[in-house]
Amino acid sequence: MTEEENMVKVYIIDRDDVKHELDAPTDMSMNIMEVCKAYELPVEGRCGGMAMCATCQCYLESDTELIDQSDSELDMLDEAFFVEDNSRLGCQIPITKEIDGITLRLAPEGN
Amino acid sequence: MIETDIIIIGAGPVGLFTVFEAGLLKLKCHLIDSLPQPGGQLTEIYPKKPIYDIPGYPTVGAGELVDNLMEQIKPFTPKFTLGESAVTIDEVEDDKFIVTTNKGTQHKAPIVIIAGGLGVFEPRKPPVEHLEIFEDKGVEYIIKDPEFYRGKKVVVAGGGDSALDWSIFLVENKIVSELSLVHRRKSFRGHLDSVQKVMDLADSGKINLITEAEVTGISGEDVVNGVTIKHKTQGEFTKECDHFVPLFGLKPSLGPIGDWGLEIEKNAIKVDTEAYTTNRPGIYAIGDVNVYPGKLKLILCGFHEGTIAVQSAFAKIHPDKKNVLKYTTVNGVNGF
Repeated sequence: MTEEENMVKVYIIDRDDVKHELDAPTDMSMNIMEVCKAYELPVEGRCGGMAMCATCQCYLESDTELIDQSDSELDMLDEAFFVEDNSRLGCQIPITKEIDGITLRLAPEGN
Repeated sequence: MIETDIIIIGAGPVGLFTVFEAGLLKLKCHLIDSLPQPGGQLTEIYPKKPIYDIPGYPTVGAGELVDNLMEQIKPFTPKFTLGESAVTIDEVEDDKFIVTTNKGTQHKAPIVIIAGGLGVFEPRKPPVEHLEIFEDKGVEYIIKDPEFYRGKKVVVAGGGDSALDWSIFLVENKIVSELSLVHRRKSFRGHLDSVQKVMDLADSGKINLITEAEVTGISGEDVVNGVTIKHKTQGEFTKECDHFVPLFGLKPSLGPIGDWGLEIEKNAIKVDTEAYTTNRPGIYAIGDVNVYPGKLKLILCGFHEGTIAVQSAFAKIHPDKKNVLKYTTVNGVNGF
């Protein structure tokens, strides 16, 4: 596969309502939280991606089909603040072909 | 006053291993940690998680790694001040430092190594208006003494084990006069036994269970006399109470480290990689709490940083003594 075939588009709306178009590789075992950090967007990812904090919480704004939430993600969202029905933890969304074009809005800080 | 060679702030894996490397140089260590047990994040946040990148261990549980480190440093008899957080570092005579904790315990040494990881663990505070104004005036994030709530009307918020277990305890022991438990969702994800008990107590009218709701405001003159609760479908209403106790677990924050005159960058302490020194001579920073070009927040990198730092600390404590690197394979481990 060429390098381009391994890339998908991810759209992140930051807390100032600015939409960022990011190129994310599908072959690096990355997740949304890590891609945001790589682009230096204001995502803390305090626990490193173990679904044990909610500092990478975001709201799914596109109709992208995502994999089911794990128990650990549901547990964390249960205790998190600013949770909505479309809340997800960025660290629990792997970068795959299927999420190409996904749009996510960053949740407020304070978790 | 506790006196030692090296004060290590933070008893996570990196702080613990530094005791070993210091011990090989005959330097004694005293560790301070805000948590009641050693191990830092590994013990507090993910004790059961496997770690795969500790050299020589294809896999090791986080809790197991901490146990092994405690065993490894035993010959060097480290001392601990646990459950207290370092608040100030003052430079005194003879190029020594005094580190004082929030409980007033004082420690004196010529070297301070900050291995503070993500910082001090503090309660997670929900986004409720005026919350901080009412702290210690009816808002508490930790239940220290249940008797404090005797005869009171208490609103507990949260859906985890801590919220469930304290609600059960305060009701079953007939301590509070009224207990409301507010949780954002309909179901609880705590231990099944605790969830069942809460449901039973709610059915018998002993716990006022308010689910699909969040506390959004606090009312009172000088002290709390009620909270505003927003229900998903029924809207807002007020609940009279003497105490509001949000129990949402702990989160780390850099805390007082930011006030110690150290150069901070990206919420971490800037160091020189030659010996992981900070801008204050005699104070080092190692592990997740430091930052330098190429920094990786990995336990194994922290082990390296601590090893280098104590060599420099030795030279500072004993400027006239010669020292060469000794191998444990040759000399073994000679404790104190």
